[in-house]
Amino acid sequence: MSATPHMHLGAHFPGVNNTTVWSDPRSGSHIEFDSFVKFARTAERAKFDFLFLAEGLRLREQSGQIYDLDVVGRPDTFTVLAGLAAVTDRLGLAGTINSTFNEPYEVARQFASLDHLSAGRAAWNVVTSWDAFTGENFRRGGFLPQAERYARARQFMLTAWELFDSWGTDEIRADKDSGTFLETGRPGLFEHHDDYFDIGGCFNVPRSPQGRPVIFQAGDSDEGRDFAAETADAIFSRHGSLEAGQAFYRDVKGRMARFGRTPEQLVVLPATTFALADTDSEARELAHSVREQQVSGQTAIKLLEQLWNRDLSAHDPDGPLPQIDPLLGENTIARGRASVRMYKDPLATAAEWRQRAEAKSLSIRQLIIEVTGRQSFVGSPETIALTMEKFVKEGASDGFILVPHITPGGLDEFADRVIPILQERGSFRADYEGETLRDHLGVGASTTRGRFARTGS
Amino acid sequence: MAETSSLRLAVALDGAGWHPAAWREPDARPGDLFTAGYWADLVQTAERGRLDFVTIEDGLALQSSRMSRVDGRTDQVRGRLDAVLIAARVAPLTRRIGLVPSVTVTHTEPFHVSKAIATLDYVSSGRAGVRVQVSGRSHEAAHFGRRQLPDHLYRDRDRPENTELLHDLFEEAGDYVEVVRRLWDSWEDDAEIRDSETGRFVDRDRLHYIDFQGRFFSVRGPSITPRPPQGQPLVTALAHSTVPYRFAAQHADVVYVTPFDEEQAGTIVAEVRGEQQITGRAPSELKIFAELVVFVDDTEMAARDRKSRLDDLDGAEYHSDAHVFAGTPLQLADLVAAWGAAGLDGVRLRPGALPHDLDALVSGLVPELQGRGLSRPDYTTATLRGHLGLTRPANRFAAV
Repeated sequence: MSATPHMHLGAHFPGVNNTTVWSDPRSGSHIEFDSFVKFARTAERAKFDFLFLAEGLRLREQSGQIYDLDVVGRPDTFTVLAGLAAVTDRLGLAGTINSTFNEPYEVARQFASLDHLSAGRAAWNVVTSWDAFTGENFRRGGFLPQAERYARARQFMLTAWELFDSWGTDEIRADKDSGTFLETGRPGLFEHHDDYFDIGGCFNVPRSPQGRPVIFQAGDSDEGRDFAAETADAIFSRHGSLEAGQAFYRDVKGRMARFGRTPEQLVVLPATTFALADTDSEARELAHSVREQQVSGQTAIKLLEQLWNRDLSAHDPDGPLPQIDPLLGENTIARGRASVRMYKDPLATAAEWRQRAEAKSLSIRQLIIEVTGRQSFVGSPETIALTMEKFVKEGASDGFILVPHITPGGLDEFADRVIPILQERGSFRADYEGETLRDHLGVGASTTRGRFARTGS
Repeated sequence: MAETSSLRLAVALDGAGWHPAAWREPDARPGDLFTAGYWADLVQTAERGRLDFVTIEDGLALQSSRMSRVDGRTDQVRGRLDAVLIAARVAPLTRRIGLVPSVTVTHTEPFHVSKAIATLDYVSSGRAGVRVQVSGRSHEAAHFGRRQLPDHLYRDRDRPENTELLHDLFEEAGDYVEVVRRLWDSWEDDAEIRDSETGRFVDRDRLHYIDFQGRFFSVRGPSITPRPPQGQPLVTALAHSTVPYRFAAQHADVVYVTPFDEEQAGTIVAEVRGEQQITGRAPSELKIFAELVVFVDDTEMAARDRKSRLDDLDGAEYHSDAHVFAGTPLQLADLVAAWGAAGLDGVRLRPGALPHDLDALVSGLVPELQGRGLSRPDYTTATLRGHLGLTRPANRFAAV
């Protein structure tokens, strides 16, 4: 272990939530390909491990109407990543793809194709959902009971893994003289039968450069952590503070031995925003003004409604919290939003918020600014660099997925001012050392599943 | 605007070319078929020839000489990359040529495909299309496990239950294209308003639920992707008989048909236009392209010899669902001109071997057609619809 272990960095293209400040004059298109090109080129210039795209398969609604206060709309993940493979050489290309509204054969061939077309830079963030709301956009509908979504996601991923591994490494001979194109007549042969998938035949994409593209997971439940410890190469974590990060890191890495894996085979990367300025105090001011832009009065009421599960439009965002309690049961006010599921005990959370607001004399908006902030690095370039190093040194993470609040230029200043310090201190790569995303992350090759599975590994 | 008298030219890219032994040609690159560079080189060559668009073949099973099962052969190209992703990968490396990947509708989600093609249209700045294909192959269905298809649907298509199933598959494909198209229109062009005064990023009155409900599925919408640059990217389909003609007449912008001579070309055009008339669409809204497999050399003898040599390597004479041409660029220009006179709007040429026959089209056929005034000397528009003389359609959901 060196004194300053190398960290890994991902660049999250700004998403469709209130982290992204679209009203800023510097804010550009979230749809035009040029925005993605600019963002990707900055990330590659700064030697980031990968670029990351999130996904949502239905426009969000609140109180029965399309939510219009945040950025709305995004392009198709696979198509953008394949396009970006043409304008970058080394940057990893990570896409979030839902396992509920897809089939393994199709998704495996899309990721294997992306891995071929990017010469080994593809990554899949495997997520799942069950809601009938999103299902209304799909011919299969909202078919999956909530309790089964992890079970199906697990089988989906394992099935795709078998498909990634279904072609032998040297299957393609392409020998013109002898007329032998293939080593065997049935490459890609597979059979998979379980409660969710009853499929068999031949996969039609040859084994891709990484074998299995890099697998990300974001699940945080006990089940989700086990699944990540067993199968993932990287975790998109939400445990951003030092203490919570350390606990999560120890927990997940501690689970790996049970699955015959070592801690280096999985990198833990919390998502974090940042506010960067010449001095720490200027950065704190900047962070505050960004938070105010992220949470307007209207947005504060909408975010409050997501916990209260009620229409609170009559409340003044600059006034006190509502006296009325949250409505319990299924959250019906906000749809298509994963965050509402994080409020496991709305009454207790509401009580806590009220107490906090009273103790500090906070209005609704001021409170929401405090309680809905994401983990953020705030400070001068030196302060941020040292803080990031500290997290990695002290076992809270292996690096970070950075979430800028401006599209597409929000990463530029970080690339220009923080990255050189990290590089000079030897805690971040000065240049790419390998070709593939697996090389960048240092997670090694994945084990092999299906008919070429190596036994006793 | 492109001259209305000119013939449109498209090239169908598939592996090492359409002849099964094409990968053994001296200039073939069989070891590169699964790399981005291979596809970029081909599409850039096509663009140098000012072709209107390339299509990219795809399928949800290994290529096979059998309809509904893997044939176990090791002497032909097997394996493919996803065509939409190939198109997206080459889009930033080209500027004018249209990009038309193939998509199987029978096993995929219209919501996903709609946003994928819309995004291809963004990545290519208005050059996207799609070739929709129906799959009645039982082994492809077994890769998905969501429906069962009979093993010999096509061979036994005259059995009443199979005739009905084929009708249903095309009806389902029609619903699918309808959903894809409505989703493309589900955002009005000016839906994104970024109004700082009111704090609204979009005007939700300019976003539309599509609320499609059909026999086979329902889809709510709106899309997650705003309306693409062309409004409606190009929808194309290959058709060999009445049921698919009807499907194309109703839903496609371009239909590829397979006459074997000039007379048949005229007959097929008449049938397709007849079907189109029933739908009430104007003739100019559907372009009819003929399919041709082409082996092109400086002499007819050389082209024929090359094809026979490939036949020998493959151990069988090559036949196709389309007419197979072997000859000189001049002869091909004659043939294409004659078919154009029979009422066709263009041809989709399937190179027998790559890159040889693509190079021959670009350096031989194209200048010949340009010299005869049958092909425009350069691109005159920036979008694929523009190349074909199709306007950007109004949004079906927008208030007039």
